[in-house]
Amino acid sequence: MFEFYLSNTRLIADISGALFWPEKQTVIFSDLHLEKGSWFAKQNIFLPPYDTLDTLNRVEKVINYFKPSRVISLGDSFHDDTWMERISKDQIAKILNLTNSYEWFWIHGNHDPSGAPSLGGINLNHYLDPPLTFRHEAKRGLADGEVSGHFHPKAKIKLNRNSFADRCFVSDEKRVILPAFGSFTGGLNVMDKAISSFLQDDFKVFLLGSKVRQFPKMALIP
Amino acid sequence: MPKNFIENWFKRKSWKLHDHQIKMIQSGALGLSTLLIAPTGGGKTLAGFLPSIIELNADPKNSLHTIYISPLKALTVDVARNLLEPLSEMDLKITVETRTGDTPQSKRQRQRKSPPNILLTTPESLALLISYPDSATIFQELKCIVIDELHALAPTKRGDLLSLALARLNTWAPKARRVGLSATIPNPAEMAEYLSCAQTRNPVQIIEAKPTKKPSVEILIGNSRLPWSGHMGIYAINEIYSAILNHETSLIFVNTRAQAELIFQALWKVNDKNLAVALHHGSLSVEQRRIVENAMVKGALRAVVATSSLDLGIDWAAVDLVIQIGAPKGVSRLLQRIGRSNHRLDEPSKAILVPANRFEVLECQAAFRSVLDENLDGDILRQGGLDVLAQHIQGVACSGPFDKEVLFKEIRNASAYKDLSVEDFNSVISFVCDGGYALKTYDRYRRIKLGDNDLYRIVDSSTARRYRMNVGTIVESTTLKVKMRRGRFLGEVEEYFAQGLVPGDTFIFAGRLLTFEGIRETTIEVSPGRGETPKVPSYIGGRLPLSSNLAEGVRDLIQNPSNCQNLAAPVKEWLERQEQLSTLPKSDELLVEIFQRRKLFYMVAYSFEGRNAHQTLGMLLTRRMERSGTQPLGFVATDYAIAIWSLKPPSNIEDLFDEDMLGDDLENWMAESTVLKRTFRDVAVIAGLIDRRLPGHKKTGKQVTFSSDLIYDVLRKYDPNHILLRATRADAARGFTDIHRLGALLKRIKTNINVKYLTKVSPLAIPILLEIGRENVKGSAIEALLDDAEEALISEGMAL
Repeated sequence: MFEFYLSNTRLIADISGALFWPEKQTVIFSDLHLEKGSWFAKQNIFLPPYDTLDTLNRVEKVINYFKPSRVISLGDSFHDDTWMERISKDQIAKILNLTNSYEWFWIHGNHDPSGAPSLGGINLNHYLDPPLTFRHEAKRGLADGEVSGHFHPKAKIKLNRNSFADRCFVSDEKRVILPAFGSFTGGLNVMDKAISSFLQDDFKVFLLGSKVRQFPKMALIP
Repeated sequence: MPKNFIENWFKRKSWKLHDHQIKMIQSGALGLSTLLIAPTGGGKTLAGFLPSIIELNADPKNSLHTIYISPLKALTVDVARNLLEPLSEMDLKITVETRTGDTPQSKRQRQRKSPPNILLTTPESLALLISYPDSATIFQELKCIVIDELHALAPTKRGDLLSLALARLNTWAPKARRVGLSATIPNPAEMAEYLSCAQTRNPVQIIEAKPTKKPSVEILIGNSRLPWSGHMGIYAINEIYSAILNHETSLIFVNTRAQAELIFQALWKVNDKNLAVALHHGSLSVEQRRIVENAMVKGALRAVVATSSLDLGIDWAAVDLVIQIGAPKGVSRLLQRIGRSNHRLDEPSKAILVPANRFEVLECQAAFRSVLDENLDGDILRQGGLDVLAQHIQGVACSGPFDKEVLFKEIRNASAYKDLSVEDFNSVISFVCDGGYALKTYDRYRRIKLGDNDLYRIVDSSTARRYRMNVGTIVESTTLKVKMRRGRFLGEVEEYFAQGLVPGDTFIFAGRLLTFEGIRETTIEVSPGRGETPKVPSYIGGRLPLSSNLAEGVRDLIQNPSNCQNLAAPVKEWLERQEQLSTLPKSDELLVEIFQRRKLFYMVAYSFEGRNAHQTLGMLLTRRMERSGTQPLGFVATDYAIAIWSLKPPSNIEDLFDEDMLGDDLENWMAESTVLKRTFRDVAVIAGLIDRRLPGHKKTGKQVTFSSDLIYDVLRKYDPNHILLRATRADAARGFTDIHRLGALLKRIKTNINVKYLTKVSPLAIPILLEIGRENVKGSAIEALLDDAEEALISEGMAL
């Protein structure tokens, strides 16, 4: 766990890739990409059908640890908008159990523009709880206290003749971008323009691994 | 015998038919399948074709008569040339064509409608050719299948694929004979079994052509100080240069691409006479390699520095010397390399071995003896991989509906799959249909499904398209092109190497010093470099482990150095000192030395089982020592020994080396190993779960991508017995972990561990201790480095 501040708000970057807002007892996940495996199966690429189960198991583990009152899923919670055709009854029951037990927000993402209207919880395009704003994809300009996902950030650092890469949170003083939480979600290096162009030049990452470690931009390699 | 036109042609050339060529003609006339074992350059390939030429002359046809399969595309082109010339000189109207990945689409389509009499191809192109609905008709009249370099193909996954194709061809053309052409091997009977039809067991005749003269081999030790460690061999560069000067054309073999680059540079530094010396290795661009090969054919070169990229291939009659720099690692490979010189059966090949360090002197001596005694090491033939089988079944489905029982029988006809169980077969079928997971949620989606008449068929054409894009068993690691800024393309390097470079770094590649400028998409931009201390490319692969056979030779030599009269003086002194200060390892025991040095305890075991087995042993021993509180800090493995250092002295050595380490410890380590993830990726690509990334091509938006590492993790957690994981474990066991050799070692030394407690490092341990620090750190050490890096940055005030 790694503590940091955004708009004077204390936040915790968890080793799992989830974000915790202690003051509001809120856990935030991003890019769960549920039913990604079955989406590929529909294209005749038979990835293992266990990603939804595994992702939800890990979501439950984080929730059981922090015991929040509120949960925000920052969009791309589902890999596509036709997941209802494919998801199994067991997984639906698992999700309903969660949305019934906690105040639950589904923020819409580009993969799931319709959200999850049938699974309980509240569907929103973005959510404002000052001083923080929660949306799927970072917005240029208006940034103060913005919490988003979408880019699946990962970072790489050089160690003598080796290097180490893993998923990460990336943050400057105005915004934080969360790593993807889904079991089948890959990552994009934060040095890529698609991510770094949203951030001030002195951004830092909270790199996941055996524990969360902070590195400044200058320690990273593409 | 209707072969007068052939004898006449030989006479016109003032050549004589070799004995083995006559025997091949006879066995062809009898319709027998045959394995021909002959050294390079004995007219072996022509011998394979002679029976077909005779038949086609007597009974001209419009159909496909003979199919020739070679491991190399370039070789098919060369063989076509070497075949067309005599055919036109004999005035025969026999059509010969090649079919490889380089053949244009239009020509390939035409070949399916009207095939040539003799088709030259590769295992992959053959797999494609049999995957069409009309394939059976192309092969109906097939009479003969010739497989070149069989010894190189059979023990690999490409050999599995070929074995399955042979079984399919047998269904369509049961009368077709099979002919295997092989270099000298120790296990001809086993190789003949690969050729035979596993169930019908039709006999395969073995014809062996022995060279009349044994090769003349010398061991050369440079005049400068003989190195204690390292594998490059630069210290002997002046002597190597003199050898080149004294011969017409030399072929210089090294073990790695990095070594090739270094030796090439070093040779040019001493090249006062400006001899034409060239470089050849697998990372260089194809064009550049072709230029070197053609110059060699023309006799324009005095020497070529090469890696295994030239182990197989075109005959160069002009080569009169082969130099092997660094340890040969295996006798068969060494013989193959030596055979690249002097391609006439009646003259001895000439070779010089240049050991790069003291242990390699022993290894060269052992190899020298084995070459004289013809004590060869052979690859053990494999049980066919389940991933390859999955690929083959997709190909079968693409060619038309199939019956499961009939297909099972056909596959058991492939020698690599003769022991395939019904259960494994069913799992592979179910994998091909819908992924074959324990959890059945993909019922609605199917690639292949059971339809009318109980036949399996493909659901839509996308399956065939994807199969044809992904066929083959060679999975390249991702590479990046190396290009001069505003200039030419030099070759390719592995992605991971490029990622370690920072702009301004220099490295040697394609024989020159380059400065890294930056990466643009899939290209590394470079400019000519200046300065003296390059960062040499360290490529994956190329480093084969010491063969068991040669390891035994080294063990024999080391326990009785006095048996060897011509051992170099520094080596002799080194071994004598070892005998005084510790003891020499005996071949029926395991010598373990334990000593303290600068507060750390070192344990060195001289197990001589090759680097891969030692690497595995190191991982397992350190786990055990961790548990028993010895606090191991690291280990290093070479081909000959393993060294582990720890904070506390190791104890209970016999328990430490107990065989039971191959149980849970092994299972746990393999599961976490990153190498296993790479193996899984290859398996997943071959089996058709993941699409192949075509080398040099950029990911397109349409291409679906996902990380195979993530799939591996999830699969292990929820479906640990899935067929792809089983295939991965099987590959790991026979591949990088060398479990079989490790198991044999542990069994052998069970009660014969000789533990020596010493007060200081022993002479024999010096080389391996010098290796420490060259190896990369792994696992928990990475974590420590990450902590250090973080703290260093914080203390420097760089962190926010």
